Amino acid sequence: MSMRAASPNAIRRIDKDELVSAFLRLLPPAAVLHEAEDLRPYESDGLTAYRQVPLIVVLPDTLEQVRKILQLCHERQAPVVARGAGTGLSGGALPLANGVLLVMARFNRILDVDPLRRTATVQPGVRNLAISQAAAPFGLYYAPDPSSQIACTIGGNVAENSGGVHCLKYGLTVHNILEIKAFTIDGELLTIGGQALDAAGYDLLALFTGSEGMLAVTVEITVKLLPKPACVQVVLAAFDEVEKAGGAVAGIIAEGIIPAGLEMMDAPAIRAAEQFVHCGYPLDAQAILLCELDGTVEEVEEQIAQVQAVLDRCGATGIRIARDEEQRLQFWKGRKGAFPAMGRLAPDYYCMDGAIPRKRLPEVLRRISALSAEYGLPVANVFHAGDGNLHPLILFDANQPGELQRTEELGGRILELCVAVGGTITGEHGVGIEKIAQMCVQFQPAELEQFFAVKRVFDPLELLNPGKAVPTLHRCAEFGAMHVHHGHTPFPDLERF
Amino acid sequence: MDDLGEALRAQVEEAAARRTPLAIVGGASKGFFGRQAEGALLRLDGHRGVIDYEPTELVITARSGTPLAEIEAVLAEQRQMLAFEPPHFGMTATLGGAIACGLSGPRRPYAGAARDFVLGARIVNGQGEILRFGGQVMKNVAGYDVSRLMVGALGTLGVLLEVSLKVLPQPVAEMTLSRQCAPEQALDWLARWAGQPLPLSASCFVDDRLYVRLSGTATGVEAAQRAIGGDRIEAGGSFWRSIAEHTHPFFTTDATDRILWRLAVPAATPPLSPPGRWLLDWGGAQRWLYTEASSASIREAVEQVGGHAQQFRGGDRRAEVFHPLSAPLASVHRKLKAAFDPQGILNPGRLYRDW
Ligand SMILES: Cc1cc2nc3c(=O)[nH]c(=O)nc-3n(C[C@H](O)[C@H](O)[C@H](O)COP(=O)(O)OP(=O)(O)OC[C@H]3O[C@@H](n4cnc5c(N)ncnc54)[C@H](O)[C@@H]3O)c2cc1C
Repeated sequence: MSMRAASPNAIRRIDKDELVSAFLRLLPPAAVLHEAEDLRPYESDGLTAYRQVPLIVVLPDTLEQVRKILQLCHERQAPVVARGAGTGLSGGALPLANGVLLVMARFNRILDVDPLRRTATVQPGVRNLAISQAAAPFGLYYAPDPSSQIACTIGGNVAENSGGVHCLKYGLTVHNILEIKAFTIDGELLTIGGQALDAAGYDLLALFTGSEGMLAVTVEITVKLLPKPACVQVVLAAFDEVEKAGGAVAGIIAEGIIPAGLEMMDAPAIRAAEQFVHCGYPLDAQAILLCELDGTVEEVEEQIAQVQAVLDRCGATGIRIARDEEQRLQFWKGRKGAFPAMGRLAPDYYCMDGAIPRKRLPEVLRRISALSAEYGLPVANVFHAGDGNLHPLILFDANQPGELQRTEELGGRILELCVAVGGTITGEHGVGIEKIAQMCVQFQPAELEQFFAVKRVFDPLELLNPGKAVPTLHRCAEFGAMHVHHGHTPFPDLERF
Repeated sequence: MDDLGEALRAQVEEAAARRTPLAIVGGASKGFFGRQAEGALLRLDGHRGVIDYEPTELVITARSGTPLAEIEAVLAEQRQMLAFEPPHFGMTATLGGAIACGLSGPRRPYAGAARDFVLGARIVNGQGEILRFGGQVMKNVAGYDVSRLMVGALGTLGVLLEVSLKVLPQPVAEMTLSRQCAPEQALDWLARWAGQPLPLSASCFVDDRLYVRLSGTATGVEAAQRAIGGDRIEAGGSFWRSIAEHTHPFFTTDATDRILWRLAVPAATPPLSPPGRWLLDWGGAQRWLYTEASSASIREAVEQVGGHAQQFRGGDRRAEVFHPLSAPLASVHRKLKAAFDPQGILNPGRLYRDW
């Protein structure tokens, strides 16, 4: 096994002036940004703790421009970071000081909506919600609905394999796309997947989904559309113990019901949301569950009754069924507004994204609250309970010296806890730059080497998003040394599997 | 309950050192599938057992040599199922074989394919290294999705040791409806129904009849029956099994010396031109064809509508049986193969001729 040094491409010197003039031969002047004040808006994505002004920003709007940009960067060995709307929460679109930021936002056209095939073919800069809006006249919609859906792009969704509150029943991005077209760094256009199901050869569509802009630049996507359910209903249940809420989640599934959405919030999150949006959440509860059911009118009626019985049996202290669509949206508003609500309680918050086997939830929440006490930083939890995806929100004040660093350290330990209980460091936000160290905890060196081997198939010079998503072994060695230095190996007392 | 992981790993490592091709075999039920390939046998049927199954987590993890029938029985006890309804094609079918072939049954267009339910895998790559990708949780975006890449790779990228799958509850009620109609009419109905919120879970057209399965709650299924109409048939379960397992008379009558083609086409594609006997499955998205037409003419017809065709059973299995890849994709495939199996020892030639 060879030891790999940190990606040299993230640091190689590039002649900026020369590259700018080369771009100006390919693109109109307004599509090439290179002055400090024009570059500044692109210095970070949704993870604002990391900032880096790029060398150059390019804003192409034709496929030929993208091809030529990539070919030029390939020739000059200049690193390229693709960017959609920049809402990513793991620093995946964080620029490089010596790199080109390839902004795909101008590719914002919906090319085709086919109601009989139930597909939409769109450019990568189209916003997630815009697809469902375009499909709505046909009674169809695009299922994955990240909370950022009014802003994030489908190209970014594909790169992160984004989910939403409905993925237990309807799946993630990977389950809802049919075909993508993407340029490799040498300007070759690949068509991956297909308009028909289960394309011949390897499942490259799965490989590309969630690859964080490391393998190719996506320029077109065909997504599947689903018929809008005839009926949607939501139940809000309160519990005086988190364990009981966890038990109710298992109980609903054991009943044979797959809810369209099944979300949990803990006491700090409930209080923040209630104060912020006045959505009618019970302030004395230790946990609430939101259980959304959809289907035909008959199905939903039958399942609501079943869910109500389970919730009762599992010790819910209060159960409310939304009386109308307005109240249903009101119940959801609290959950969807949980992040900004937390943002009002502290100058800054940091959103984590681990996934765990659901049955370990009470134990994980207990340990998170112990860690929160240890670091003196409050943590609130919102949880895609149906699929085990936990979003702890750490509240902090970046203006206090050292607090950001402690927050990141606490975040890192929460992720390591997720791995220790058999889960993963990221359910839907991606590794990016943020969780790169924790990749060393989740994967063995041979597995990381295999990832690099895959990367080199598409990008042998490692020019696309270098330094993200997969850590070099060198970096892991440094991280390991730092861990010992800090005096803790992650959760030595927990069983590993 | 036997874990032969280490022994299998050692066999692969030795084969890599000697550059001896290996032919990976689970239950040998799908020996007909893919190209004919030679190699020293690497048997997985002894590597078996369910490792972890927690019904309320909706996840099962089992060794690759575990019989599919055993897994389905364990799930059925908890009223759960593999929602992609993998075809067995024989009593000995194993989990590893089902995932490596990547085949899915009647529920596929409505519930998802084999790859949609794979959450994680432990594999031996061509260098004899045991690697784990994905996991036992529903959502996981750490690293490239290598476990899904294994689905349908026919063992050419790695020997599957363990697979974790998402499972689903069995529907409370199912009903199969049937009616006589022309194929154009059937395809038209299917396309229109698929755009409505109906609890469809299977559909096919054979012998001038359209068959549709509804799954859900009892009241939901009955309401849907009223909406779409048709005659209820009693033996729905065995009918769909006969479609999945190719034991329906369409597949057994007069089929011995003919080639069975599988065509995948976009939803709502009208009937295709090649002459022969057709069965339209998956709402029209998967079509079975017995024909004497040439492979070239079939591939051309299917490419025109944006689909692909596979010589599924019979015919010359030393030629390409899967749909030819475009030049850039073929090159990507070859490099990916080399990235996992640099000596080219894992089932070489089973998927495509040159590697
Ligand atoms: C308030 C808020 C709520 C959120 N809620 C959710 C949620 O519920 N679920 C969820 O999954 N995520 C959520 N996110 C995270 C984020 O919105 C998603 O990751 C989204 O998919 C990012 O899309 P984007 O267009 O902003 O991509 P960017 O942030 O611009 O980029 C993300 C990654 O994709 C790559 N990329 C972008 N476009 C392309 C392309 N065309 N080709 C190749 N690579 C490309 C970039 O290089 C980068 O690695 C949330 C974020 C915020 C700020």
